[in-house]
Amino acid sequence: MIARRRRLSLLCLGLSGLLSVRTHAQQSELQWAGDPEGGAPFVEADPNDPNKVTGFDVEIAELIARALKRTPHFLFVPYGSIDQAIERGTAEIGLSGMEDTPARRAAMATTIPYYAFREVLAVREADVSRFRGLADLRGHRVGTLGGTIAYEILLQGERRYGLQAVSYDDDVHPYSDLLLGRLDGVLLDNVLAERRRKNMPGITVQPQAVAMSHYVGVLAARNAPLRDSIDEILRAAMGDGRLETIFKKWGVWNDDQPALYASLVAREAVPAVSISGSNEQIVVATMSRREATLRYLPSLVKAAGVTLILSCLAMAIAVGLGVLIASGRVYGRGLVRLALTGYVELIRGTPVLLQLFVIYYGLAAVVKLPAFLAALAGLALNYAAYESEIYRGALEAIPVGQLEAARTLGLTERQVLRLVRGPQAFRLALAPMTNDFVALLKDSSLVSVLTVVELTKQTQIFATNLGSWVIPGTLCAAMYLVMSLPLGALARRLEERWRAPTT
Amino acid sequence: MEGANDMSAILDVRDVHLRRGDRTILAGATFTIARGGVAALMGPSGSGKTTILRVIAGLERFDRGTIDIEGVRLQGGMRPGAVLLKSLRRQVGFVFQFHHLFEHLSALRNITLAPTHVLGVPMAAAEGRAKELLASLGVEHRASALPRELSGGEAQRVAIARALAVDPPMLMMDEPTASLDPSRRNELGELLARLAGQNRTILLSTHDDDFARRWATTILRMDGGVVV
Repeated sequence: MIARRRRLSLLCLGLSGLLSVRTHAQQSELQWAGDPEGGAPFVEADPNDPNKVTGFDVEIAELIARALKRTPHFLFVPYGSIDQAIERGTAEIGLSGMEDTPARRAAMATTIPYYAFREVLAVREADVSRFRGLADLRGHRVGTLGGTIAYEILLQGERRYGLQAVSYDDDVHPYSDLLLGRLDGVLLDNVLAERRRKNMPGITVQPQAVAMSHYVGVLAARNAPLRDSIDEILRAAMGDGRLETIFKKWGVWNDDQPALYASLVAREAVPAVSISGSNEQIVVATMSRREATLRYLPSLVKAAGVTLILSCLAMAIAVGLGVLIASGRVYGRGLVRLALTGYVELIRGTPVLLQLFVIYYGLAAVVKLPAFLAALAGLALNYAAYESEIYRGALEAIPVGQLEAARTLGLTERQVLRLVRGPQAFRLALAPMTNDFVALLKDSSLVSVLTVVELTKQTQIFATNLGSWVIPGTLCAAMYLVMSLPLGALARRLEERWRAPTT
Repeated sequence: MEGANDMSAILDVRDVHLRRGDRTILAGATFTIARGGVAALMGPSGSGKTTILRVIAGLERFDRGTIDIEGVRLQGGMRPGAVLLKSLRRQVGFVFQFHHLFEHLSALRNITLAPTHVLGVPMAAAEGRAKELLASLGVEHRASALPRELSGGEAQRVAIARALAVDPPMLMMDEPTASLDPSRRNELGELLARLAGQNRTILLSTHDDDFARRWATTILRMDGGVVV
């Protein structure tokens, strides 16, 4: 008894010790957020130790932390959510090639720029003389990372030059799709473009910059005092060449930087984005929220249409395939059954996101499906597996006695299925099917990874430009509800109708 | 006006064996049923009454023996082909103990389903005939009811009408008296006698001695998988 009590008090001591260390550490740590998926030279998992990160943003975080007499502590946050994570206090500063946009300057406390980049156009080598700038790409597809300045420039290009902007969730697939011929140009910053040009033969980067902007650190507006001290730290590092050393080490130092640093050290104002040969600013920044909403509403409605059409078509195919799979599993011979069971288990056992990737990118060497078709195929094939399980369960729920009664009347097996078993099974399946359709409506947002801009993606783009999720998020939720609520009502009406006799 | 072979049996069951695992269900059942009349198959539970009816209806395979019914021969140990089953089912109708009406169809549609889809009778003609059948069984007022809205006796009559709609010469019924009270049993007996009078052969299984003695023209007793 005594021994146990002693052990318990020892444990308490140990715990309180741990807790005190932890609070102490939090005070002296600088929590910074980045996305290693962005890769070198920004932030990438250290090839020697996957638990650590390296990159110029990592070194800048270290430089800032050291000057603040704190220890840098890295937090992984997906690139598209860094602003939100900073806003809610997950981390104090975001450093991950964050672009210097007017919206970000307005909504957050951004540091002074620490690196100047150029938005450059990458094309296939064969097209070097044909596609020199965005103006040459009328009617062609040009890709970029969604929610970036480059995407905003491409949207302007849609209106001005009649090109077609394609939004990606990462910065690798735009270039691979360029080589595959799914795109005719990629607009991204020179750091990303250089990296791809080096390891993807066949890509040329046009020398003329389309626009210029910078990378900044992002803090919450309430942290403006901390931001001010970080600005001074950065200015000092510009003056004494420490930033230059870092960027040279990562091979991205160029003549744009000394010019930028000179302006900043002289405390001159630097515009967030400058578009070559144009005085036009990134549009949304100069608009009120109301104007922005009105401007984005048509594209949200259009995106909702994409969601609806995609979901309806995918569901129709999934229902058809599901019926076939279920019939095969209930009526088929050994081998057919085994193959179909394998299919269903494979599809249910792997993430739909992965399946979409395999269909669009993985199969690209064999069959180059357009994004919408790949999205449709991916969703339909995935949901077919789930639908088939519903139908199989429903078919097996029909009492054997009724099937035997139908057989003794002389109906063939096919007629038994079509006239007795199928219709009753379908009624049983209706409620779970409606449920699945509503789920599909929302799962369809996953296809944005295949560059299909549907409702959720469009909302994200809208929110990035506006620097807030409140209005876009509310509109988006309302549109999903408008689409899904009538379905429930329709299903209830059908169920009621079928409860009545069919004479 | 039957031909010269009228005295031949409508059903000839010879030495039918059936084992399931190590249980013997039928151990050489042998009997014949003469044309016309009501034959009652009696015997304790588990004696094989229901199984022999299911075997004759082609719902169950058997290991050994033969069954002849109006020129259709079922052979033990073989899987009957689609053509054979089709001709078998023109000869034998089956009314299940629990009726097994099609739950999604009205009483009328339960009856018209097979004539329209198996015999190709036009819907209007099938409906007319179905209504006649329902009327002759005293349930014409239930034509548009769904099976779950019918009482046990009504459901049985609809099931009989459904089986008669394809006009089989022989009608088998599994335990038709089980769910009926005594007065209903007599109504059923009268109905069966009337059907037998219309040149149809009835073969039923029952536990009810009184019913069998009163209404059956032939009584067969089963025990241990054989007819004794």
